[in-house]
Amino acid sequence: MSEPKTVKFKLNGKDIEAKEGQLVIDAAKDAGVDIPHYCYHPGLGTPENPKGNPGNCRLCIVEVAGAPKPQVSCRTQVKEGMVVASDSPAAKRAQQSSLELHLVNHPLDCPVCDQSGECGLQNYYMEIGKYESSVREDKLHKNKRIVAGPHVMLDQERCILCTRCTRFVDNVTKTHELGIFGRGHKEHIDLVPGKTLDNPYSGNVVDICPVGALTERDFRYKVRVWYLDETDSVCPGCSRGCSISLHTNTKRPWHNDGKRVARIKPRHNPEVNGWWICDEGRYGYKSLDEDRLGRIMRLKDQRRELSWTEAFEEVSSKLSSAKGLAVVASGMLSNEDWAAFKPLFVDKLKAEQIIFTPEPDQLGEEDALLRKREKVPNLKGAEVQGLKSYSFPDLRTAIEKGEVKALYVIERDLTKIWGEKTEELLAKLDLVVFQGPNKTATGDLAHYRLPVTAYAEEEGHFTNFEGKVQAYKRALEPLGQAKPDWAIFAGLSEHLAGERQREAVA
Amino acid sequence: MISVTTVRRPARTLFVQIYFVEIFKGLMITFRHFFVNLAKHALYAVGLSKESGAVTIQFPDVPAMLGLRARTRHRLLKREDGTPRCTACMCCETICPAKCIHIVAEDSPDVRVEKRAKSFDIDLGLCVFCGYCVEACPVDAIHMDANRVELSAYSRKDMIWNMQELLGDKKKEPSS
Repeated sequence: MSEPKTVKFKLNGKDIEAKEGQLVIDAAKDAGVDIPHYCYHPGLGTPENPKGNPGNCRLCIVEVAGAPKPQVSCRTQVKEGMVVASDSPAAKRAQQSSLELHLVNHPLDCPVCDQSGECGLQNYYMEIGKYESSVREDKLHKNKRIVAGPHVMLDQERCILCTRCTRFVDNVTKTHELGIFGRGHKEHIDLVPGKTLDNPYSGNVVDICPVGALTERDFRYKVRVWYLDETDSVCPGCSRGCSISLHTNTKRPWHNDGKRVARIKPRHNPEVNGWWICDEGRYGYKSLDEDRLGRIMRLKDQRRELSWTEAFEEVSSKLSSAKGLAVVASGMLSNEDWAAFKPLFVDKLKAEQIIFTPEPDQLGEEDALLRKREKVPNLKGAEVQGLKSYSFPDLRTAIEKGEVKALYVIERDLTKIWGEKTEELLAKLDLVVFQGPNKTATGDLAHYRLPVTAYAEEEGHFTNFEGKVQAYKRALEPLGQAKPDWAIFAGLSEHLAGERQREAVA
Repeated sequence: MISVTTVRRPARTLFVQIYFVEIFKGLMITFRHFFVNLAKHALYAVGLSKESGAVTIQFPDVPAMLGLRARTRHRLLKREDGTPRCTACMCCETICPAKCIHIVAEDSPDVRVEKRAKSFDIDLGLCVFCGYCVEACPVDAIHMDANRVELSAYSRKDMIWNMQELLGDKKKEPSS
């Protein structure tokens, strides 16, 4: 495909270059001019209209020289020598009037609305609002607090009928749960009879809703959005590795039921996930606050809490003397973790078996849009290190035959693979070490249990199934004594080699 | 433009240095107030004057007299049907410079009200009585007109007032 031709046009008196056929609203955005808009969303296109611009909100209205009346910039293409004004008095007045019409029946219940603080109506009203309303009629009331699906709450009054949500369920998920009913002022968004908004991507309608008509049930009244901190991260929910933003509440701990992570929002990344994330990933943050491990424990032979130095000494000496070591790792490890994993378990300890393939504990549904079958983010990272995985049946026969006497389990619950047999199998071993961020049944059966930071508490990189490497940043402080996986591997390596002792002598 | 006026320091004359003159001047003022006030009280007592002299309020035996605009302890208001007006919008909590307001929200049974406070605590030990919470409230749910200034308690915990106490439904009792 040849590169589209570059055209020059004038925006607000400035010369701007754009690609031929580009929409004025997009060209303006590239030039740093944000034209207000509600209905236009580049992610909601159809084959017939790939740009996702129905042009029904009439808010992105601009003045084009030569045109008889103002034009909507989301449906006007850039042409050579075009003169566009988005801040002229006429354009401002047109935008103002459109916004006034949107607010005719809006209940203005911002104090109780969860969207408040990130609401399109609030933001644009501050910018272009007509502060003296000419509306004298009473507001029309519609239905509120409608449970649209397992994750979404619908409020018809607040809706401005931009149709983003209906276009999402029609064009993106193709599940058609939402529709527009009624005419004129009685027009409203509602569920299609007999359906509920329960598709695996339903949470996205909340993100694209520019007002508070669609809100998250999970997040409802938990914490106000202006208390939240945002951190760029990568979803560890499957091998797609969607770009996400972690919204955390740490400054006012009495909100959000005392939990630190309030919600997950998708981050636009055209290379990986586009605009969306699935509901599994969106609501998969609960494990960051629930059932976390924070203490280094020796659970068998005198149960006691250990310091890291003690734990490294005891575990490393037992690992080095163990006969037949098997390691159960998982794709939850970051690239940095895998890089520290290999010198320890492959080069130094010469583990008999290393297993990291997903079993039923880490497999799930997949579809053509985003979700992948392997529910771990970084299997590719192990492959890049040149690691080969054994299988769980191999491990089981090896344990039963007594070839494997020590097992190092990283972030996995073996009871989900072997069921009730797990306890019996683990009892045959001389040493079981578990390291992970969360409490699991395997962790309780282990001899040593080491706490690990969750992905939100460390920095690192995940390599997704396509080989794309993405960085995730640290959003939270580690809980208790938790250390990143690589730091534990490095600590064990040091103690194994006796480097610590030699340093002390020197 | 701000104009600058140079003021000369008072000269240290002998008159100033010996102090006695200045002490005497000060005592003159004190005694003038004393006798003028005495005369005013005497005239008021026998009915020759309508105006009394200056009065010292015998607080705490006599309750404090507060100006109408005085900001005193917070009070939460109710609607006509008796439910708290607060919709837990967190505006007061957000604006509070001392971060002494802690609100937890929940769904209200009334769908038109939508949201209400599950708990509403004000730590008066932290409050700076700035009155921003009153100004921030969009539903006129909080006032600072309880006209009580005796708020001391024997523990920090007892300085925290909960929703029932602020609404006036329950008397503030010290914890045992």
